[in-house]
Amino acid sequence: MNGKKKSNPGCKTALAPYSLWAILFVLVPMLFIAYYAFTDNNFDFTTDNITRFFTSVSNVRGDDGSVKEVHTYLLILLRSLKLSVISTIVCLLIGYPLAYRIAHAEKKRQKTMMTLIMIPMWMNFLIRTYAWMTILQDTGVLNNLIGKIGLPPIHIIGTESAVIIGMVYDYLPYMVMPIYSIMTKLDNNLVEAAKDLGCGNLAVLRRVIFPLSLPGVLSGITMVLIPSVSTFYISQKLGNGKFFLIGDAIEGQYVANNLHFAAAMAFILMVILLVFMGFAKYATGRYVYGGDAA
Amino acid sequence: MSNIIELKNISKSFDGETILDNIQLEIHDNEFITLLGPSGCGKTTTLRIIGGFETPDQGDVVFMGQRINDLPPYKRHVNTVFQKYALFPHLNVFENVAFPLREQKAPKAEIAEKVQAMLKLVMLSGFEKRSVTSLSGGQQQRVAIARALISNPKVLLLDEPLGALDLKLRKDMQVELKKIQKSTGITFIFVTHDQEEALSMSDTIVVMSDGRIQQIGTPTDIYNEPKNAFVADFIGESNILDGIMLEDYQVKFAGQTFRCLDKGFAPGEPVDVVVRPEDVDIVSPEKSHICGVVTSVTFLGVHNELIVDINGFKWMIQTTDTVAEGEKIGIELEPDAIHIMKKSEYSGRFGDYSTFSEEMDELSNPDMEAEA
Repeated sequence: MNGKKKSNPGCKTALAPYSLWAILFVLVPMLFIAYYAFTDNNFDFTTDNITRFFTSVSNVRGDDGSVKEVHTYLLILLRSLKLSVISTIVCLLIGYPLAYRIAHAEKKRQKTMMTLIMIPMWMNFLIRTYAWMTILQDTGVLNNLIGKIGLPPIHIIGTESAVIIGMVYDYLPYMVMPIYSIMTKLDNNLVEAAKDLGCGNLAVLRRVIFPLSLPGVLSGITMVLIPSVSTFYISQKLGNGKFFLIGDAIEGQYVANNLHFAAAMAFILMVILLVFMGFAKYATGRYVYGGDAA
Repeated sequence: MSNIIELKNISKSFDGETILDNIQLEIHDNEFITLLGPSGCGKTTTLRIIGGFETPDQGDVVFMGQRINDLPPYKRHVNTVFQKYALFPHLNVFENVAFPLREQKAPKAEIAEKVQAMLKLVMLSGFEKRSVTSLSGGQQQRVAIARALISNPKVLLLDEPLGALDLKLRKDMQVELKKIQKSTGITFIFVTHDQEEALSMSDTIVVMSDGRIQQIGTPTDIYNEPKNAFVADFIGESNILDGIMLEDYQVKFAGQTFRCLDKGFAPGEPVDVVVRPEDVDIVSPEKSHICGVVTSVTFLGVHNELIVDINGFKWMIQTTDTVAEGEKIGIELEPDAIHIMKKSEYSGRFGDYSTFSEEMDELSNPDMEAEA
């Protein structure tokens, strides 16, 4: 885990293709984003794009008809954070028990179950999102089923719930996989030891299994939270465009050819995520057993 | 002495393979009892049934007069020191030892006091804040013992706890464990495949093989009066010969008639005769009717170990005399050097020292599956 890095010359050679890839397609584009974010259309230095993000205001009509002035992009950012945090929590609540169950199934069934979890990822996410539209529409599959058992239809499409459902569906595998992988590595002797020392099943879960699976939980949270903060499209299709997210805003500005402002927003989001990741890494490394490996 | 645990007609099989076959065992209070046998003999399964990690297919586990077959491990007054210690890696030494007390919601001051006392008992005072993963094997094992003892179990189960330690530490821990057992008065049920370990530590040894108990007795009983060829072979070294009991105190083997101390066999009954290597006296060939050629001499410090070919049977003899390879010698047996056993299913499977041990044969056999 904390082994010294070996200076094996073969390692460096093996890394070369990826290093080239990373420089060309990760580092250079990021520098471009930073460059665009701090320049205007004539490529002169400016901080206007950044300030615009924080100061731009617009008027929105509330439910009671009154008109309020709000910070446009801060509101969008907050909404993105809110929806992604909720999605992450839902993913955790569904994903943790699921991963636990799969890790404790027979070896053969484990493979089948993990394949089932991953299959949706083989489909394009636009198609998945469209599928959810047909399911969640007011006259869609879900309401048809509900109608068949004699219950009144429910209105989901165009609500925050619909967006969250779409996000959870898309990102759940990223929560299940790291938790599952750490749970299969958990030494069953520890579970037996805990039982031997007076723990019932719930106490075993709380005092041994959960703390030891925390690195998996934290990497699951990171892997779900980061893509869901920058989600776009799902919100347009399942939220009927009412829940404009930061990802949608960036996409919109690019499409409208406002490259410099789009880059500024992407830059700000990147900084926020980097700070979050840095903090998460510090906290897990320091307070969670095995966290430095996650 | 009263019985703390009774195993009544316990049988258990996994995937149609019988692991335990009608085990009957009474374990007394304050006893250091060892389940001894080769791997796969069912000793660990027996331990796991007592601990509550397996339920027997048949038979009853009785704890202080009560049947506890269906009682889960956390409700049993029995704790286990696991083979690989199973310490909680996310907790430090203090919290590992305090683990059972936290579950019992004991007051903080009491926990601190008890943990300190326990760590002192296992000689790990000052290690409270250390991470268990930073400890050596011997230290981890002490933590495991402290953790298992802290809630004052009536019985402590130890599953080959010394297996991973090197020889010297092993010896120290044997003494240490025995001391802890005496001072706490807790019944220890110890599982091992190491016969020396069993002989040196136990009040009672239960020799197991093929899912059955072969013999129960004190270390001296087991060594001096093995019940069958398996026990004689497994505990210590032994020359096992075919013999015929002529009458009480008269046995014939190796072409000679000997006086012995055993009786109660039918006249003319075929028997297994055990002669321990250290009980054979070497004399000059003229003085003895049993003579042979020394085929190998191994110097072992305290004594020499000879393999002597006597009419095709390879005897192992331990002697402090200096004997050269190829030398012709005679042997003599006192009556108390001879132990007579009834014939059993194990007769003939163990005999002389012409081949390697069975374990060595297994290692060399490509068709044998490796044991986990």
